Amino acid sequence: METAEISKILGGSISQSDRKRISKVERKLCVACGCCAKICPVSAIRIHKGIYAQINEEKCAGCAKCVAECPASIISMAEVDR
Amino acid sequence: MHKKKWYDYLWIVTIIYFGLGFFNILFAWLGLIFFCTPLIIAAVGGSKAYCNRYCDRGQFFSLIGGRFGLSRKKDMPKWMRSKWFRYGFLVFFFAMFFLMLWNTWLVFDGAANLREVVTLLWTFKLPWNWAYTAGTVPPWAAQFAFGFYGVMLTSTVLGLITMVLFKPRSWCVYCPMGTMTHLICKIKA
Repeated sequence: METAEISKILGGSISQSDRKRISKVERKLCVACGCCAKICPVSAIRIHKGIYAQINEEKCAGCAKCVAECPASIISMAEVDR
Repeated sequence: MHKKKWYDYLWIVTIIYFGLGFFNILFAWLGLIFFCTPLIIAAVGGSKAYCNRYCDRGQFFSLIGGRFGLSRKKDMPKWMRSKWFRYGFLVFFFAMFFLMLWNTWLVFDGAANLREVVTLLWTFKLPWNWAYTAGTVPPWAAQFAFGFYGVMLTSTVLGLITMVLFKPRSWCVYCPMGTMTHLICKIKA
């Protein structure tokens, strides 16, 4: 069950931030090597047509493993609305 | 973590390739597989599945740089990650590759003799005469094998240096095959 659903059932008594941290790829500099996709524990990354890494924002858990792994160091963390 | 697939063990191919070529240089011809497969996958499938899944070299760097900790895991300098460097290295690498083919042609043509050396980093001539028995194949075929093994060894040594200095798979950023397949994918998209 999603946290948001639990929160709804409990009448909003669970407080949660409406922002979350996810990975962002600088597409122009991405070489599409796929290191990030390989390391991602929730399979939130796929390589789009062999051109750049695409992050599924819904799936991304914000663990930042891809940030450390990327050999070109072009992935960073960003805060977005849930 | 993902469940390991058969292709996650391809790093062993790097060890087998260099091992075989150490004892018999003619095995260097097998390296053409690593040259043609990524290009075919990119040209036909429009993907970098080779880099993403099957590249033995990348897996090898990932294993010894990542798992065995032989990498500082620092960012590469910005200029090394730039398009200029990547495409510049591609051009340089291929110029050196064609020079190797030219040397093979000279032996084929009878204008030069077979040199039983492996050229490392386009400069150092390593004696490798134990790995070839004269007369086994035409001299040009042996010359190509020595040359190609040099190309493979040079790229691996460069990859190992950048693996230690920067991140395990730093080589993937400026790998000429990667740059070429990236270009093909961009054109196809």
